[in-house]
Amino acid sequence: MRKGQYRFVAGFLFVPVALYLIFVIWPYIQTFGYSLTDWKGESQTFKFVGLDNYRALLHDDVFKEAIWHNLLFLVFIPVITILLALFFAFMVNAGGRSKAGGVQGVAGSGFYKIVYFFPQVLSLAILAVLFNAVYRSDGGGLLNGFLIKLHLVDVNNPVEWLNEPNMVLWALMAVVVWHGVGFYLVLFSAAMQSIPRDIYEAALIDGANRSQSFFRITLPLLWETVQTAWVYLGIIAMDMFVLVSSMTSNMGAYGGGPDHGSDVMSTVMMRNFLYFGKSGYACAMGVVMLLLTLVLSVVTLRATRRERIEF
Amino acid sequence: MGSTSAENNGSKGVGRRDLIKRSAALGLISVPTMSFLSACASGGGDDSGSGDATKGTTSKSNPFGVKKGSTLDVVVFKGGYGDDYAKAWEANFKTKIGVSSTHTGTQEITGKLQPRFNAGNPPDIVDDSGAQQIKIDVLYKNGQLLDLSPVLDAPAIDDPTKKVRDLLIPGTLDPGVQEGKVVALNYIYTVWGLWYSGKLFKDKGWTPPKTWDEFIAICQKAKAAGIGGLAHQGKYPYYINVAIMDLIAKKGGIDAVKAIDNLDPKAFVGSAAAQAGVEAIYEVVEKDLLMPGTNGLTHTESQTRWNQYKAAFITCGSWLENEQLKLTPTDFDMKFLPMPLLPDSKMPFEAIRAGSGEPFIIPAKAKNLPGAKEFMRHMLSKEWSTLFAKEANSLTILKDGVDSSVTLRPGTQSTVDASKAAGDNTFRYLYPDWYSEMDTSIQNASNELMAKRIQPKEWLKRCQAAVDKQAKDPASKKNVHS
Repeated sequence: MRKGQYRFVAGFLFVPVALYLIFVIWPYIQTFGYSLTDWKGESQTFKFVGLDNYRALLHDDVFKEAIWHNLLFLVFIPVITILLALFFAFMVNAGGRSKAGGVQGVAGSGFYKIVYFFPQVLSLAILAVLFNAVYRSDGGGLLNGFLIKLHLVDVNNPVEWLNEPNMVLWALMAVVVWHGVGFYLVLFSAAMQSIPRDIYEAALIDGANRSQSFFRITLPLLWETVQTAWVYLGIIAMDMFVLVSSMTSNMGAYGGGPDHGSDVMSTVMMRNFLYFGKSGYACAMGVVMLLLTLVLSVVTLRATRRERIEF
Repeated sequence: MGSTSAENNGSKGVGRRDLIKRSAALGLISVPTMSFLSACASGGGDDSGSGDATKGTTSKSNPFGVKKGSTLDVVVFKGGYGDDYAKAWEANFKTKIGVSSTHTGTQEITGKLQPRFNAGNPPDIVDDSGAQQIKIDVLYKNGQLLDLSPVLDAPAIDDPTKKVRDLLIPGTLDPGVQEGKVVALNYIYTVWGLWYSGKLFKDKGWTPPKTWDEFIAICQKAKAAGIGGLAHQGKYPYYINVAIMDLIAKKGGIDAVKAIDNLDPKAFVGSAAAQAGVEAIYEVVEKDLLMPGTNGLTHTESQTRWNQYKAAFITCGSWLENEQLKLTPTDFDMKFLPMPLLPDSKMPFEAIRAGSGEPFIIPAKAKNLPGAKEFMRHMLSKEWSTLFAKEANSLTILKDGVDSSVTLRPGTQSTVDASKAAGDNTFRYLYPDWYSEMDTSIQNASNELMAKRIQPKEWLKRCQAAVDKQAKDPASKKNVHS
């Protein structure tokens, strides 16, 4: 680097770094401070209690269950979304029958690309309203109505999708996947289009079929994009606050039902923070969440590290 | 770094891809935690409290020394009752007292007020209600609530020879009591129980049941007629607890209520009343007499279904009529019904859960304390109580508080009749106002019971566990339902 360049760069970085310190790092430090107190959330009076909150967390079955739910989301949401998005992106971009040696998507791929993207423009709140109607627990629900018409479900015993402990997490997952696939399809499409055609054509000439060209060419060359997608989907899986709190049955506040079957870390934390007035305790949960996400992000980036291919 | 087109110049330097990757990693760390953690961060406390700027001279008609020309910061929960009534009050307050108000009508009480309480900058008077209320027990424990006894002991507007508290319906102040002090004024008089459509019952030739057996029989008839027996608002297990806890109270008498409120080690397990109550509700589940799907419906969804004659009964409080105003058919003839009796009940059929709801509070650190107290004193006048009944279709805790010129809707009228019939036979649980966490656990158990995932025995065990857990908190010794 040339002389003075560091100062130049630092000058530009000062404002964002200051913002980051004030609005991200400082709240973290404060949170850690509060997590050592019995703060009740509505005033500035509290006592220092040391690590009591953390000790209590070790015995909090609801919070522990919530961690497992987040981990379940963390495994399945990225896997399902990415696999579906990859499949669709491949079909849209390179899955069509080849005519005269060219590589192209299936018929009508331009149309599909737009349609798949529709869900992405909906906000989470609208999504929750929409899927509340889909999963509604009586004959008025879209799914139940449909299944009743097909005589697969008894009209007097409709499926209570969001009120079944074994079903609620998968029902929520379906919403996230439905919402996310379109975006990652577009992301992967863009990446696929930057893969030079001649590589595909060379493979075709060598007699590669669709699955071979997908696994041998597309996937390796997309790896970095997949990795990015994984990180973003990981963020969604560790959060899930909006959908859980607005779709599932109420455990006092912020959803989480039935019987804490859909509680995630963020809903348990908010319930303790505002509804039960155990704010210091909730801050301890926040610190645990921070540590967990830190560990997970390091693991994710390490585990998916591959050699880069230039083209 | 000089070139913008650098993607990856060998192994050194940060390329665009790396940058994206790393910032994404940073995002993974920060995004989910940040939004919640930052809520923990507070502004510095400003404990200056009310200054002298709002203090005028006191007199007989102005017991708190309200200063003309001062302003009042009013925050009102804008839910089932709307907030037009509060606007009408504020206009009246301005012309009469000369204090103008800034009005905030909102559903997000917690979101808007939690930071203000923390910063020591709360409003002057708050209707702290709705799903996002700041729980009264939480606010109280933080020392944020004004003891309301000066207002209640002040001369009443309608009759200055009497204290304000003497003109209220007995017992209506109780739910606002924390550790012996009235810190919240539960303003709206509410009765809880079952509701049915007078029209549906007339058409089918059913008579409103007085005993549990009759109730079950009607549910069975309803089922035979192709509609549900009992509907409840399953997504919020609060509502089915109205039925379960009412059955327990009526079976075991006021002692059963006190046992639960006072965290008795035999409040549920070992209580014959609790066992009879929960087994009765479970009978409805086992005989398949619930409205199909009701366990998963929200309050509006199931209440609307009930309005469409899809179920014979629903459990609710008396806000139901105003809440369903637009969705109720004109000839629906909404009627209130006290919870039917189990055999050998200690209370009569007419006994109802009745009391006050919709807590109004004055923050201890309000800027205009005299104005807030005077405002609350006016709320307990016949003029303002009538304004409320007109705008919100509901009764207030003021005895005989509605001017006779106002005609009530059928549902509200039936609650007035039921209250008269009940006389002194009213009861009220206080644990939901004292112990949010215990209440939540009991609701959760009820949700499982209604979905047939647990049996009455397990329900009793879970509820007792919640009671026992609460009893371990030393602070709970100070709350006594006597």
